[in-house]
Amino acid sequence: MAKKKDIVSIREFTKEEIIDLLKLAEKIDNMPEKDRLKLLQGKKLATLFFEPSTRTRLSFESSMQGLGGSVIGFADANTSSTQKGESLKDTVKTVERYADVIAMRHSLEGAARLAAESVGIPVINGGDGANQHPTQTFLDMYTILKLKGKIDGLVIGFAGDMKFGRTVHSLAVALSHFNVKLYFISPESLKMPSQFLEEIKEKGTKYVETENITEAIPNLDILYATRIQKERFHDLAEYEKAKGFYRINKKLMESAKKDLKVMHPLPRVDEIDYDLDDTPYAVYFEQLANGIPVRQALLCRVLGVL
Amino acid sequence: MEKDDVKMAVTALKEGTVIDHIPAGKLFKVVDIMNLYEYKKTLRMGMYLNSKTYGKKDLLKIEDRYLTQEEANRIALIAPNATINIIKDWKVAKKIKVSLPDVITGLKCANPRCITRHDHIKTKFIVMDKKTLKVRCHYCEHVFEKEEII
Repeated sequence: MAKKKDIVSIREFTKEEIIDLLKLAEKIDNMPEKDRLKLLQGKKLATLFFEPSTRTRLSFESSMQGLGGSVIGFADANTSSTQKGESLKDTVKTVERYADVIAMRHSLEGAARLAAESVGIPVINGGDGANQHPTQTFLDMYTILKLKGKIDGLVIGFAGDMKFGRTVHSLAVALSHFNVKLYFISPESLKMPSQFLEEIKEKGTKYVETENITEAIPNLDILYATRIQKERFHDLAEYEKAKGFYRINKKLMESAKKDLKVMHPLPRVDEIDYDLDDTPYAVYFEQLANGIPVRQALLCRVLGVL
Repeated sequence: MEKDDVKMAVTALKEGTVIDHIPAGKLFKVVDIMNLYEYKKTLRMGMYLNSKTYGKKDLLKIEDRYLTQEEANRIALIAPNATINIIKDWKVAKKIKVSLPDVITGLKCANPRCITRHDHIKTKFIVMDKKTLKVRCHYCEHVFEKEEII
């Protein structure tokens, strides 16, 4: 029997596998709807969201329905047997009997790995604590590729929370397979952890750490902004200091390349002014929409279709 | 004194395991990593014993328990030069070589948000660098220095 496929961590993907998946997403993106609707007909996706999420869960459900499949599941742990004290292992082993594939989010790190090892059906990680969120990384990569037509040769800046932001960590690791230069723009208290810097350095990726977004902007092809996450701070005074660290607005864009694209995994608070939304720089809603073909590609791949 | 130490090292165990050449002062780390606090049989311990090779050393004898290779490898993190002898009927029945494996099991993950701290599962760490002893938790993917997990 072939080994089942799971999508648990971006670390498990080679450059070729990443490119292959992005190509598959593009193929699905360009497919007529009637053909797409036949791809996963009769298949069931279980969305197990032990931790609430709006975008990821709805995107998974919409993706599955767009492929002709159906969806079961729960949107928060209070409506599952977890509340009665059931272990994660038992929950997924139960769900395995009802569905063909699981997409899950959990507040504990490593939960998706444990689930994947416990069941015979594929598991897709929709976020495990501060660890991994591989489907977000794939959609970020797809967005960059779609906008720029390439990944090699780009200069990509990350701004905001480098310390706790799992989207930044995963994307930086994925990008380090390519010939890119990275900027990490953050206040001192939210710098990129050394383990990730070492990991990308080992792959030969050049990077710059800076606190000055104005100086970094003219160099960038992509600016990936992230929210300063209030919930991660033990000391609210530290949060107050960090939160106004940067603001992306039309004025900042004056020194940017004309074709700079600003991405954001959303939700945003006040790091991007609303007046940027209508400019060609803003691509965050387009980025969000790319979650559909990318998750469809991942669903098809783990279920052995396409 | 040295004579007594040697005597203690080689005798007085009918069945079980002798772990010798533990770095001086690290004995309780071994007890900890082997989870021997709950072991209800005799443990014999020697600390800061004289050693020709290392100057000072610790030594541990575990009665009626034969260490597996997997357990011996776990000890490699603390005592890379340990000598492990399996004793049967007063004699050395087997010598286990301690070597740092690519994967270490059974240690507690230091990340309180790791699933292994909440669900009942065996932990697993991937050794990333045998020189610096950096390991990555197979589940939460956190990277730890040796001191953080033992």
